[in-house]
Amino acid sequence: MAHSATQALGTADTSGFYDLRGEHHPENGTMLGFWLYLMSDCLVFAVLFAMYGVVGGSYAAGPSPKDLFDLPLVAVNTSMLLFSSITYGFAMLEMQRNRQSATLLWLAVTGLFGVAFVSLEIYEFLHLIHEGAGPQRSAFLSAFFTLVGTHGLHVSFGIIWLITLMVQVTRRGLSVENRRRLNCLSLFWHFLDVVWIGVFTFVYLMGVLR
Amino acid sequence: MSAAADHDAHHADERHVHSHDHGHDDGAGHGTFKGYMTGFVLSVILTAIPFWLVMGGVFDNKQTTTLLILAFGAVQILVHMVYFLHMNTSSEGGWNMLALIFTVVLVVITLSGSLWVMYHMNTNMMPMSVHDMRNMP
Repeated sequence: MAHSATQALGTADTSGFYDLRGEHHPENGTMLGFWLYLMSDCLVFAVLFAMYGVVGGSYAAGPSPKDLFDLPLVAVNTSMLLFSSITYGFAMLEMQRNRQSATLLWLAVTGLFGVAFVSLEIYEFLHLIHEGAGPQRSAFLSAFFTLVGTHGLHVSFGIIWLITLMVQVTRRGLSVENRRRLNCLSLFWHFLDVVWIGVFTFVYLMGVLR
Repeated sequence: MSAAADHDAHHADERHVHSHDHGHDDGAGHGTFKGYMTGFVLSVILTAIPFWLVMGGVFDNKQTTTLLILAFGAVQILVHMVYFLHMNTSSEGGWNMLALIFTVVLVVITLSGSLWVMYHMNTNMMPMSVHDMRNMP
């Protein structure tokens, strides 16, 4: 027992399998933990996508995607989210260069694109409900509002988080903690763009084709 | 920690900011300007083509269009993963990738399983016309 422990100590530098000296803890488990959260969020969306896939053709003699979806609007919406992704990337690059005001500027631009995205989506939803194609109309519309609405809620919470971090960075600067938080939000924000790829492909484009 | 030294290093080689990995001051993969722009341009192209295919009605065959836009969507997701989320096999000692693979397996099972089972349930149910549906209680 003691023999094997010393042996492990002796080889800890090379193998690092038994962490007897406590040296091999990840310096920061937050990023891995947040990644695991994103993966579980991915499963939430997978279930919603599956639900939409199953009942997406059940119109209950109501309007179909072809009657409802306005693809130019969806294209504008998609570009808003894509622009917000690249501007968040610029914010991260400025953060790496330790330029606080430039980081804040790009974060603000990202937030504005996010707000534009959510506004367009709310406009679309209100328009649909006004036309009598609300979530109660058919299984297709229930699934549509749940899936796209969940994504929109995520973006809305992302904007709140973004504003919170802008206040934090203004007050405390680009500290190690704030860098970590900005990295987490970066993952979250880009993850939402990934989900949106699924939404516009699977829901909007394939819906119009159906 | 080495954070302060690392930041000085960032200042020192601002021009070469994209040339190498900066250690593990915050445990996250770092993007580069070139990487972000590559991802952005690819994403714009991979978004524009499916919209053009559907809105322009390029193919008469709907199945061809469907398969194509699904393929473009899959490729774009990969582009985002690599250039925006900085996925690689070594981040967090490979645990990121392992969690991702596990999630992808679950997503595929959830999606294909649901669609497959429910499609066959649907086709094997008692036939019902639109007229019957309208008069349902």
